[in-house]
Amino acid sequence: MPIRTDFSATVEHISILDEHGVLDEQLAKDTLTDEQVLELFQYMCKCRALDETAFKLQRSGRMGTYPQNKGQEAAAIGSAFAAKRGVDWLVPCYRENAALWMHGLPMHYVLLHWMGDERGNQIPQGVNITPLCIPIGTQMLHATGISWAMKLRGIPGVAITYFGDGATSEGDFHEAMNFASVQQTPTIFFCQNNEWAISVPRERQMWSSTVAQKAIAYGMPCVRVDGNDLFAVYKASRDAIERARAGGGPSFIEAVTYRLADHTTADDARRYRDPVEVEAWVGKDPIIRLRKYLVSKGLWDDAKQAELDEAGKAMVSEVVRAAEGIAKPAVSDIFDYTYATIPPELEVQRRTMRTHSLGQSPEQVGLAGR
Amino acid sequence: MREVQYREAVAEAMREEMLRDESVFLMGEEVAEYNGAYKASKGLLDEFGPRRVIDTPIAELGFSAIGVGAAMNGLRPIVEFMTWNFAILAADQIINHAAKMLQMSGGQYNVPIVFRGPNGTAGQLAATHSQSFESMYASIPGLKVVTPFTPYEAKGLLKAAIRDNDPVLVMESEKMYGDKGLIPDGEYLVPIGKANIRRTGTDCTIVSFGKILKTVHAAADALAAEGIEVEVIDLVTIRPLDLDTIVESIKKTNRLVIVEESFPVASISSEIAYRVQRHAFDYLDAPIRRLCQSDTPFAFATSLIDAALPQTGDIVQAVKDVAYVA
Repeated sequence: MPIRTDFSATVEHISILDEHGVLDEQLAKDTLTDEQVLELFQYMCKCRALDETAFKLQRSGRMGTYPQNKGQEAAAIGSAFAAKRGVDWLVPCYRENAALWMHGLPMHYVLLHWMGDERGNQIPQGVNITPLCIPIGTQMLHATGISWAMKLRGIPGVAITYFGDGATSEGDFHEAMNFASVQQTPTIFFCQNNEWAISVPRERQMWSSTVAQKAIAYGMPCVRVDGNDLFAVYKASRDAIERARAGGGPSFIEAVTYRLADHTTADDARRYRDPVEVEAWVGKDPIIRLRKYLVSKGLWDDAKQAELDEAGKAMVSEVVRAAEGIAKPAVSDIFDYTYATIPPELEVQRRTMRTHSLGQSPEQVGLAGR
Repeated sequence: MREVQYREAVAEAMREEMLRDESVFLMGEEVAEYNGAYKASKGLLDEFGPRRVIDTPIAELGFSAIGVGAAMNGLRPIVEFMTWNFAILAADQIINHAAKMLQMSGGQYNVPIVFRGPNGTAGQLAATHSQSFESMYASIPGLKVVTPFTPYEAKGLLKAAIRDNDPVLVMESEKMYGDKGLIPDGEYLVPIGKANIRRTGTDCTIVSFGKILKTVHAAADALAAEGIEVEVIDLVTIRPLDLDTIVESIKKTNRLVIVEESFPVASISSEIAYRVQRHAFDYLDAPIRRLCQSDTPFAFATSLIDAALPQTGDIVQAVKDVAYVA
């Protein structure tokens, strides 16, 4: 018997707007209108401004820890813009703030979270977003469950879940990908491959040459895009969402991008990254190239930029004020969100404001003298 | 009333709740085509189809998490584990996500989910398949833990668990699925959080739960033959704990023995002993005694299994000790 090939595959890589701001008109057709690009560009600039401010807040002791989003704005915005607010779900990790804001989360919520307040994750009714998820990779399974629930309930929504290259080493990732493809759930696995899992570069996390090819093993459509290219990210996201909404099951998108800042404010990436590498990626900044493009089209100029920067500053101040101005939570909050219906023994703790480690008296428990 | 097997009671509970509420569904390994590893989901696939009775890939972490996600978005999943020993892989999702999502979202997302399956020792299953997880999970705020002992509780508690708006862990036993018992003909619920006095007595209180209650009952019979009447309390719900019923009993008997089929350290018996000395110290006429399985990985050989678990004679002796009977 001859040896035959039972399976072979390739991974496509889409790039539409290059780092010099030159657009591939052919591929860009039917993606974003000029008005949309202008709107999203302004969004990206404002998000960058808030991101820089959050960093300063942390450095001045007004915030606990903060993971900067710098450099990954196109990946967040391009994907979230393709989703429908109030219908589709965003299931984040923690480096896609711009996506959350675009999907309806008030901007001060994320700051509130990093200032150490659960209310930053008290997602408003009607905003289909799950709380920021810090343990790596656990949220991809929730996204699969959330989107599966929509499929079972006959709701025409999809879930986009965000994660980094590092998360694809977790078993959770593989279990989510497997289940999603077996059940053909409307799930978009959106990997922000920013090349670094804290200090471990991608080539020491995985032996595969792309992250996207991991999807092939699960029979899932996959694509790589230039993650700093708003057009490419949008196109891939829109196609995947349309396919999922039409019953075509899950997709995998690898957005190749770069973490321009440290992992978090508790990290110093200069210790382990080559400055030459970082410099090369600074040149691929998603905001700079988009601005070049808009200027070349006559849609943007320095005056408009100055105006935007001013508006951005005002917005950032407002957002910081909203986050810092919130009243301290009530002590009873400790107990109120443990169970949907509080059990009697916890009600005693809530009433006496003492935990078991402190120990209620028999009188407080209501057992004395009976 | 009619007699059913424990496994039939479990299946009836799931069936009735699936008929009652479209959002309830069952998922797990071998639950559909095979009718469950212990046939506790017999007939459900035929009746409800593959959309609501789902055979999952062998991935306890994965399908538990997918259940959590589905519960966050309008469904009420029942997740069956082939054994709670396999569910250790899912502990991250149970402890870190199902139990905490409500709190982490500032009260926005509750997780109405049931995790169920057999727990504890069941003969020669060896160390990795012979553990009880009540104490581990009952120590986690946000979870509820129940251990039904009879078909009556297996059905009524499971129905209550499915309707509960918080995550509920139901601990069954491979050794109990064949047990028979009477259940009412019509619908009934067994409330979560209420202990059950299975035998009344005045000389000593025995608190226990789960399969080892069989040994406790045998000991109670033996003691009765000697004129010692014990009161046997089945906790039924491990968290939230029904301390009132225990304390009321101690006020009558003034003595307490706790029998638990689990490792002794940081166990349910430790917790009860603490609470009883805090809330009923003046009513105790003797130090509390507890009997657990040996503080070792569980044995494989039959002769060692018996030695590793509390036996009837051990319980009889413990009761005599606290009652100061020679």
